[in-house]
Amino acid sequence: MASLTMFEQHYDLFEKIFLMPPTPPPTPLAAVLAASGAIILGKERQLRLALSCLLARGHLLIEDLPGVGKTTLAHTLARLLGLDFQRIQFTSDMLPADILGISVFDRERGDFRFHPGPIFAQVVLADEINRATPKAQSALLEAMEERQVTIEGASRPLPRPFFVIATQNPSHQIGTFPLPESQLDRFLMRIELGYPDPAAERALLEGRDRRGMLAEARPVLTPDILLAEQERAAALHVAPPLIAYVQALVAHTRTAPEWKNGLSPRAGLGLVAAARAWALLAGRELVLPEDVQAVLPAVVPHRLMAANEQRNADEIARALIEAVPLP
Amino acid sequence: MAKKPEPPLHPLTPAQTWWLLAAGLAACAPLAPQVPLWLSGVAGLAFAWRALLAWRRRPLPGRWVLVLVSLAGAAGVLIQYRTLFGQRAGVALLVVFLALKQLEARAPRDGLAVVLLAYFLTLTQFFENQSIPVALTMLGTLVVTTAALANLTDAEARPAALLRLGGTLLAQALPFMLVLFVLFPRVSGPLWGLPRDAYSGLTGLSDSMSPGAINNLIQSDAIAFRVKFDGPPPERRELYWRGPVLTRLEGRTWRPGRHAIATGLFYQPVADAPRHAYTLTLEPHNKPWLFALEFATAPPPESVSTSDFQFFARKPVRERLRYELQSTAAVRFPQERVNVLAEALRLPEGLNPRTVALGARWGFEEDSDARRLGRALDFMRDRQLVYTLQPPLMGAHVADEFLFDHRRGFCEHFAAAFVVLMRAADVPARVVTGYQGGERNPVDDTWVIRQSDAHAWAEVWLEARGWVRVDPTAASAPARIEQNLAAAVPAGDPRPRRAGAGLDRLREARYRWWAVSNAWNQWILGYDPQLQRDFLERLGMRAPDWRKMTAALTLACGTLLLGLAAWMLWRRPRLAPEERQWRRLARRLAPLGLARQAWEGPLDYARRVGAALPGRAGEIEAIARLYAELRYGRAPAAGIAELRRRVAAFRP
Repeated sequence: MASLTMFEQHYDLFEKIFLMPPTPPPTPLAAVLAASGAIILGKERQLRLALSCLLARGHLLIEDLPGVGKTTLAHTLARLLGLDFQRIQFTSDMLPADILGISVFDRERGDFRFHPGPIFAQVVLADEINRATPKAQSALLEAMEERQVTIEGASRPLPRPFFVIATQNPSHQIGTFPLPESQLDRFLMRIELGYPDPAAERALLEGRDRRGMLAEARPVLTPDILLAEQERAAALHVAPPLIAYVQALVAHTRTAPEWKNGLSPRAGLGLVAAARAWALLAGRELVLPEDVQAVLPAVVPHRLMAANEQRNADEIARALIEAVPLP
Repeated sequence: MAKKPEPPLHPLTPAQTWWLLAAGLAACAPLAPQVPLWLSGVAGLAFAWRALLAWRRRPLPGRWVLVLVSLAGAAGVLIQYRTLFGQRAGVALLVVFLALKQLEARAPRDGLAVVLLAYFLTLTQFFENQSIPVALTMLGTLVVTTAALANLTDAEARPAALLRLGGTLLAQALPFMLVLFVLFPRVSGPLWGLPRDAYSGLTGLSDSMSPGAINNLIQSDAIAFRVKFDGPPPERRELYWRGPVLTRLEGRTWRPGRHAIATGLFYQPVADAPRHAYTLTLEPHNKPWLFALEFATAPPPESVSTSDFQFFARKPVRERLRYELQSTAAVRFPQERVNVLAEALRLPEGLNPRTVALGARWGFEEDSDARRLGRALDFMRDRQLVYTLQPPLMGAHVADEFLFDHRRGFCEHFAAAFVVLMRAADVPARVVTGYQGGERNPVDDTWVIRQSDAHAWAEVWLEARGWVRVDPTAASAPARIEQNLAAAVPAGDPRPRRAGAGLDRLREARYRWWAVSNAWNQWILGYDPQLQRDFLERLGMRAPDWRKMTAALTLACGTLLLGLAAWMLWRRPRLAPEERQWRRLARRLAPLGLARQAWEGPLDYARRVGAALPGRAGEIEAIARLYAELRYGRAPAAGIAELRRRVAAFRP
């Protein structure tokens, strides 16, 4: 049989691809995961999602109560990836210039000099973004989208890689300006950290001060390697059945009556990019439906408006996944 | 005490309730003209009650209330119709049941009963009227009812989707409907006109004529029959459609005389005279006589002819009847029998003295029947009689009052007075009723003859020529014969409803509509056993009988089903080979409770199966990886053989 002969010709290739032990060789990314997992306990899934988000060149929104480790997570990632880090604490009296920077008149040189704001960093932690007014928020969101800052007519590129981690308190807290849905779409992922499980909490309480550990942590990656990994993620093969699957998911949100508005094309793009990054983190050369399903709870729920019911992100994601068969 | 009914496991959703209401309403509303007013009211109230309960989300009424209301409804039907059986009472009863079933529908199972009733009631719309608008209404009802049915199984679907589904289902049923229509062996007789009460409303010429009879008839624009000529039609003024012949005058009323009956003709058509061939489609009129252009060369099929040249069917015409005839004006009459001529001369004693005296004077003065006829025609013309649809009331001496006092009358007065005159002058004469003229529809070139074309004229016996048609109306009001009724009536007089000249475009549209409904009548409603046989023979079936039709029906439906199935298979996305293997594997694992979820990715599934079957974990994982690589990766397609081998070898 012709196909059998063909198969025999390629047998060693199959041997190599399929019959090798599935554990991937330790990659730089795996090392990042391992090191961050030692600092942030019991949050392996969130760490993976955060790193996927970074690999997919997206931005991350963390929504949770104060004190569950949002800042630590942002800081840890920056540190381990060898990226410079800036933190912007958003307040209600904040102005766009406080984020982007300002031109100040230099008396000696006789002209204006630009003092870059805190946004000119590779990892920017925008803490409690919903405390600021919409005006300040939109300055940040614009920079995120454009990856450059335009001040007084001059465009200034932001560093590469550029990764914004914004945190947001649950919007029912007093004195907040929750981001509108249209702005939430700018974040590739939104995750919740949640309370640690008892074992992790116990380890946390017994263990050392996290700040000290953070200060001692050494970078595992260089920015160049990170950029290369981003390239690799973007180049990962996506087969037509997977595209069809993503399309079916998106189409379902547009037709099913559970949601007021469906997913945007940008959401579909984000889903594919995040799934690629997730597959890369898993050490795979191909993107599987499982990858889409793994990132979906972080990528989709904040872009969907439920028609009536109150469900949390994971439940929404579960419902969507189970409603759409694999093509 | 009534036990409270258990709430059903899956109660009807509000949307389902509304759909059922819509289906019920769609089925009942078109029946409103058929059922008595109080019943429409009761049904309407029941629907409104149900709607109110659904809107307010209140519980349904208790069982005893419903029992009482339905008993009252049945009693009302019984009182109205004196029976619960028969067509009208049955329809009324079903309307009551459908309306009340709504108030009892709690679960989808009850909804099914509502839908079934609605389907059945849809059919009954055809009982009263089988026109195109009714058929279209039925189609609308069917779509709504089917949508309600679909909603019972898919409670979440949106209204537009349900309507689309209903329409699609009906469209898919269309080929089957056509095949069944053409091939299902026909029985003669309409399926819907079962009981007697179906014919009460039919109008037409009767076999007696007293002043005002035709006058009433003429106000109706109902169609009497349609005619399609094979060649050019005769001149309009020659279009005398012969019906009942009235020889005996009793007081004011004309009745048929004694006549002999035979299967042949009582006259001889001249062999080489020009003939007009035509097809006549007679509307049911519940009387046995058949109409024909004077004079038919042979009786219509399955009819007999009479010695006064009428045609009778064997039984009253209760369904649309179609026959082909040839007519010619040139016929030879045999010598009339003495008793017939005697009857055609008899006048009632003491009536119409002035007319009789006038006629008798002509009889005395003139020496031939032809001259007496000429005197009578001259007299009629000189009297300046007025043709009107509203003749004044007349007493016992109708001819006297018409000719000498009012001088206003309708064709029946003209004909009757003329016959009295002729008989008084000793010329045998009789009244002939029927239709005159008709309207030609230029769209499909058929002639439509309506009740408003009803006419009466006279026939006199002249030794030399036999029976001669004389139309005294034509002598006084020639427009009636040459144009139409409306033209003949003096200005200011009322006209028949339809005869007034409408706008040209309106008339054009009317013609088109007649053509369409004529085609509908001829080919859809008139598709009787004869037409079916002809049609099937033309399609190539030799000597069709019910066995052959059934066989062809089975064959056609089977072919259609196969075609539909093939189309569906072809439309279904073809599975890629690796996907087929993967599903094969999942099917094999399903009996172990390890069926693959439709959304489950390969690695997840392999992990789940591996956990349940630890011994097979390695193999299933290898298969899953191979499949994943083939489906989602860039592996050479040849890997499919390996996958096939492994799946075939896999034993759970």
